[in-house]
Amino acid sequence: MTPPVRLRLRTVLPLFAAVAVAAVLLAPTVGSTPISLVRAFDRAIPWAENVDAQIFFVARLPRVLAAALVGASLAASGVVLQALLRNPLATPFTLGVSSGAALGAMLVIAAGLDMGALGVSSVPLASFAGSIVATAIVYWLARSQRRGLSTNVLLLAGVTLNSFFSALILFVQYLADFTQAFRTVRWLMGDLDVGGYGAIVAALPLVVLSFAAFAVLARSLNLLSLGADAAAARGVDVVRAERLAFLSASLATGAAVSLAGPIGFIGIVVPHLVRLLVGADHRVVLPASACFGAAFLIGCDLVSRTALAPLELPVGIVTAMIGGPFFLWQLVRHS
Amino acid sequence: MRASALLHAADLTFAYDATRPVLAGVSLDVPPGGIVGILGPNGSGKTTLLGLLGGTRRPTSGTITLDGRPLASFSRRALATRIAVVPQETHLAFEYTVLEMVLMGRHPHLGLFEVEGPADVATARDALAAVNAAHLEDRDFMTLSGGEKQRVVIAAALAQATDVLLLDEPTSSLDLGAQLDIAHLLGRLNAERGVTIVVSTHDLGLASGICRDLVLLRHGRVVAAGPTATVLSGANVRALYDVDADVHLHASTGHLVVVPLHRTP
Repeated sequence: MTPPVRLRLRTVLPLFAAVAVAAVLLAPTVGSTPISLVRAFDRAIPWAENVDAQIFFVARLPRVLAAALVGASLAASGVVLQALLRNPLATPFTLGVSSGAALGAMLVIAAGLDMGALGVSSVPLASFAGSIVATAIVYWLARSQRRGLSTNVLLLAGVTLNSFFSALILFVQYLADFTQAFRTVRWLMGDLDVGGYGAIVAALPLVVLSFAAFAVLARSLNLLSLGADAAAARGVDVVRAERLAFLSASLATGAAVSLAGPIGFIGIVVPHLVRLLVGADHRVVLPASACFGAAFLIGCDLVSRTALAPLELPVGIVTAMIGGPFFLWQLVRHS
Repeated sequence: MRASALLHAADLTFAYDATRPVLAGVSLDVPPGGIVGILGPNGSGKTTLLGLLGGTRRPTSGTITLDGRPLASFSRRALATRIAVVPQETHLAFEYTVLEMVLMGRHPHLGLFEVEGPADVATARDALAAVNAAHLEDRDFMTLSGGEKQRVVIAAALAQATDVLLLDEPTSSLDLGAQLDIAHLLGRLNAERGVTIVVSTHDLGLASGICRDLVLLRHGRVVAAGPTATVLSGANVRALYDVDADVHLHASTGHLVVVPLHRTP
């Protein structure tokens, strides 16, 4: 008798991985200049003469890989936070991480400190620092409770911090000059045009670290959704699991937001769709959501750069156009 | 301390706030293979006591031992292979099937990245069969009736393969038929599988029907403790609930029957 989870790990995960890989390979072939995938990977043609390969690897692949990394991080973080808060309507931005990241980016842009070195610019660094500050504040508030992390305090502190930071962001924009104010607004709409591999390589270790924590947590997340006491009675070290879940999800979200701005709805749309397809077991939902999140954001980014070409739509608006109505439909379905 | 006790608690105190302890000076012995009932009015500390016995809460003072070894010295996981807990009600945040729910009981037996194998599924199915819920295997847990849910949660506790089962008011939200099912089930699990049971309840029928020993708790203190036949008396019911009651021996079942008459003036 094959246990259901083994069966799904064997059959479903390769499918989701294939979808993600296909998205990564096919998305760069679409654009103002059509290119051939076969020609791009043809090693017989010298690099200098292979225009298709240059467009594929230099002009388009970094952006697609950034979408994959950000999509996977936001979707998987969404899954982890939904399990931690025992609420399927939580998002990676519920606990204030993204508004901290946004405030960091706003301050650097508005102060005119936007500069780059070694392929990494100061805006993502400031934004990542902002996400760490927000995470630390929420963690410290929730931790000072009697028993472990209080998910109620996490939620209240996160939502309040979101509002507070949003007000500060408006204040910074109000003080900034017109050009800078426009740049901050554009940053908030999300942008996957990272310009090269440098930023991706910088974000990758953080994402890998978080995903390692997610892998360790996967089975405990199932038990946490029964409630803290029930999970403890089945052998879960609840305090440790909750702390690890919060910190790792915040780290992945912070890395993603620093890379591409706060792109909404991925962290809720993708986990919901994946649960409908594969059931609720986090050992399947987590990797499947990461793969599907990558493919989904690559798809949304494709729409953003082709729908009104040569004009480019902000990708955050595309994900919101798809995610907003979907989220409302989910709310109605759950009530 | 009785040397034979499997689970032994001595002089337990638990307080969120030192001036109003939830439990004060509670001692009890659970013999191996026993069924111990914990009775008491709302707020008497039953749930807290079960939390302490299950190790999910730490007493403010006092000690609990399992096989003579302090509960605090067990790791969370090691303890979960010895003691399983069935809470009063179970709500899930996500839509797990009944089989997935029962397989969660295998958690303490699995390594970090280990996935349940055929043997674990066999254990889970055996547990579902033991609670007469084999036919519910593929159902979404949240769509079950109260009695079915409670049986499935008990199956998850059985799949945990522990020697002690703690249940917190397992029949409190169930109809008469489902209450009877749970009472029979607990009696059968104890008789056939040798599971040691500690059950808190308001259901005096359950207490007299299956519990061999009772602990009566009021305001966090033990009012009386001992074999059911001696402890379940009119005087003790009055001391516990402020209710005058007749306690009879029911001829055909041999169980005590408590007939509440009126509130003590």
